Amino acid sequence: MKKIINDPNLVVRDMLDGFVAAYPREVRLLPGTTVIARVDAPAANKVGLVSGGGSGHEPAHAGYVGEGMLDAAVAGEVFTSPTPDQVLEGIKAVDAGEGVLLVIKNYTGDVMNFDMAAELAEAEGIRVEQVIVNDDVAVEDSSFTTGRRGIAGTVFVHKLAGAKAEAGGTLAEVKAVAEKTIKNVRSIGMAITPCTVPAAGTPSFTLEENEMEIGIGIHGEPGIERKAITSAEDIAGELTEKVLDDLKLESESEVAVMVNGLGGTPEMELYIVNKKVNEILTNRGIRIYDTFVGEYMTSLEMAGISVTLLKLDDELKELLDAKSKAPAFRR
Amino acid sequence: MVLNVANTVKWMTLVNEKIQENKEYLTELDQAIGDGDHGINMARGFQEVEVKITATDYDNVSDLLKDVSMTLLSKVGGAAGPLYGTAFLKLSMEVKGSETLDFPKFKSGLQEALAGIKQRGKAEKNEKTLVDVWEPLVDYLNSQDSFNAADFESAAKEAMEATKDLEATKGRAAYLRERSIGHLDPGSVSSFYIFSSLAEVLKEGD
Repeated sequence: MKKIINDPNLVVRDMLDGFVAAYPREVRLLPGTTVIARVDAPAANKVGLVSGGGSGHEPAHAGYVGEGMLDAAVAGEVFTSPTPDQVLEGIKAVDAGEGVLLVIKNYTGDVMNFDMAAELAEAEGIRVEQVIVNDDVAVEDSSFTTGRRGIAGTVFVHKLAGAKAEAGGTLAEVKAVAEKTIKNVRSIGMAITPCTVPAAGTPSFTLEENEMEIGIGIHGEPGIERKAITSAEDIAGELTEKVLDDLKLESESEVAVMVNGLGGTPEMELYIVNKKVNEILTNRGIRIYDTFVGEYMTSLEMAGISVTLLKLDDELKELLDAKSKAPAFRR
Repeated sequence: MVLNVANTVKWMTLVNEKIQENKEYLTELDQAIGDGDHGINMARGFQEVEVKITATDYDNVSDLLKDVSMTLLSKVGGAAGPLYGTAFLKLSMEVKGSETLDFPKFKSGLQEALAGIKQRGKAEKNEKTLVDVWEPLVDYLNSQDSFNAADFESAAKEAMEATKDLEATKGRAAYLRERSIGHLDPGSVSSFYIFSSLAEVLKEGD
């Protein structure tokens, strides 16, 4: 393992300290916790928005804390859900009496830990609602399994629900926007190299020199298919088609596009992929309202990409355009 | 059997020892069908459990078990934290105020712990989760009038080994479907360490 770190067991703490040092005008670290909160939390007269999850997905989730997006992000150990006591600290720090919405990615651990935190917060008299993001079409949505995973589409949920909360939406209204976003967002990823969790020291899986894995999860969970690597055009085509099959967009639909790097992919390659994604959508008569190319939801140093499409209506467009001061999503 | 403060501390200390020894093994098992953090998380959690309970004086076993629960909840994370945290919380609640646990109390406590795990994880038997160790063990205990450490340990081992042939339908291994067959469930292996440690501690006491 070759990484620019001090101690594998202290990577989260060191990162959070460095993060608040970089953005002192936007965020602060709650003392004795792994919670990054808006500098002015609890923001008055507004629903609080709390998300979080394992670390290793930077800029998620702390990068989305700021006016117009999240009120707090709770960081767990690398690829490990944060614990209920930490999530509770986040909830308490952002509750201004209007209630708190939790945005959770659909993983067993995250759902359980946030659920316990919600119970603890309710016991303290705080109104808490939850939404669960499950945008990854690589995984079948079935009531017999844990269901689809939450990946890069989560960032749009943070943005749109955050904008609604900032505009003074009630807890029910903010939750409704989050649910509408979840219903209209789909993603899928692929990778060409694995990643190594610092405390584990070895890669979580292996790929041969010429191999790629389609549908991989953001923790290196297995995808749909492992096969020989092809061109960016083919990869972009396959991913986009899989998302479109699930989202079922009519011609004239409007979408936001996200081409996300998983941590070890040059930006050049992201743009090469976006060229093809843009071409496919345009040929289908789908209108691209806005495009986001960059690193939004990474997987340590994994080389790979994900493609996300969000179907928009007038309400969602307005919320997408609204102002945001979050360090990783300024608008 | 009698579980008192002294041998419960020994129990947890031995669990920590086994988890630390097998940290890489648990992580390897989890890398095969999960997200590869089970050994790391359990090692961090039980290390803290040992620190907490050896630095505290307890009047009764239930308070000790509650501290085990709270430490696991706040230090483990992932899915294992809430599941083991809930298990030890329910166990401590069922035996609340008890200075020591006899066999009937231990049985009812473990029954409640199992119910807590199933409710928190929304899991049933045969889904390739730690329920597949806890439920057979509770069933085994309910069929017994007294505690036999060696039989208890073999029942735990047998249940743990049986998870190898199961197809996961809960947890992250569920995404692998039939590809999860042939691998031990990491949570069942860590559960086995918890129960085999208990058997060893109680064997010594015989």
